[in-house]
Amino acid sequence: MTDLIGYRRPYPGTQPAHLHPPYVSSIKRAPSKPLVYLRHTLSEITGPVFDSSIVDVKACDLTRQHRGEPLGERIIVSGRVLDENGRPVPHTLVEVWQANAAGRYLHRVDQHNAPLDPNFTGCGHTLTDENGRYRFVTIRPGEYPWRNHYNAWRPAHIHFSLFGPAFATRLITQMFFPGDPLLPYDPIFNCTADEKARNRLISQFDWETTIPEQALGYRFDIVLSGRLATPWER
Amino acid sequence: MSLQTTTWQTVGPYFRIGLHWLFNDDVAGPNATGERVEIEGRVLDADGQGVADAMLEFWQANAAGHYAHPEDAQQKPVEEGFKGFGRVPTAEDGTFHLRTVKPGRVPGPDGKLQAPHIVVSVFMRGLLRRLITRIYFPEEPGNSEDYALNLVEPSRRPTLIARKSPKREGSLEWNVILQGTDETVFFDC
Repeated sequence: MTDLIGYRRPYPGTQPAHLHPPYVSSIKRAPSKPLVYLRHTLSEITGPVFDSSIVDVKACDLTRQHRGEPLGERIIVSGRVLDENGRPVPHTLVEVWQANAAGRYLHRVDQHNAPLDPNFTGCGHTLTDENGRYRFVTIRPGEYPWRNHYNAWRPAHIHFSLFGPAFATRLITQMFFPGDPLLPYDPIFNCTADEKARNRLISQFDWETTIPEQALGYRFDIVLSGRLATPWER
Repeated sequence: MSLQTTTWQTVGPYFRIGLHWLFNDDVAGPNATGERVEIEGRVLDADGQGVADAMLEFWQANAAGHYAHPEDAQQKPVEEGFKGFGRVPTAEDGTFHLRTVKPGRVPGPDGKLQAPHIVVSVFMRGLLRRLITRIYFPEEPGNSEDYALNLVEPSRRPTLIARKSPKREGSLEWNVILQGTDETVFFDC
């Protein structure tokens, strides 16, 4: 059997190290020994495939999951999922979760003294279309305090989880909002050395998807690892 | 010019609200043939404390050694409904549990077969990106010639191989130890 074509590895500095001491939780959870470099085998170039049979078509609108309208500023978050070679990643699962407009998650561990919203759960999912496009309707999440350091506040963000075509292409990230004054102070946003790479986590305000008298649009394109042109990179 | 992969960020402490709908500890499904196995274990931090807010994802071939994926071109049977994917959270004490069938051998590099294994992604608050590891099976002759196991120094290989559970007959134990002398081997892949 001929060797398989693997996926690209990240450019230096464009992904966080596991240990990032300003993010205090990483200190006791990051591995201390170096990772063992593994060539991609059939186990890594395959991965779970999800089709429309598992997807709830209503799950892409986080403002319509309850009887009433959630509080807060309605927004449209959309974009394309591409690979590093610029090709769209079609029919891949995108999952999102977030705080409500007051900065509170519907999670028993979140004890922030801000109200829950009975009309907002804060989770959704969808499949990208044949061109790699996705679209969510939601509420702009609030900023919220956390206990990492004195007076620590997380910038507003939406969590994204994607699979792509292979085990090797899995990605979990966070989308931020342009102009958020908390970004320079957030050790999670700043965990990546490469400034351009971390700034790509900031969505862009988008007239094209903004709906008059209804909702502002934000665009967030996501890039998953792409196939190498030749077998094995080293 | 190529694009660059989007930067990872941690799943944080509240991932359950977004990811629980796909929680599934039955990796093989009801129609899978082969040897049924249960695997249980704990995720432990640098202090040996159980991690209450971790999530693990599993990906494996069926008992014939075939992945339910279009790029597996092997002429081997796949049972109806076999997915080979699992996603489980840890409990308050850091424990997790999965049920599956022992996977068959799949091709590895250089034309050799890999030993039966399950690939694992580990996510939690405090991890800025996932950790990747593998579960191998005890008393498996293929382990000695396995490509990935042989990349690992011999003293650390046991962290990747499940043990027969002393607590429960027919059950395997496999832990994720994030730091320390028995630190689990994690792969760059």
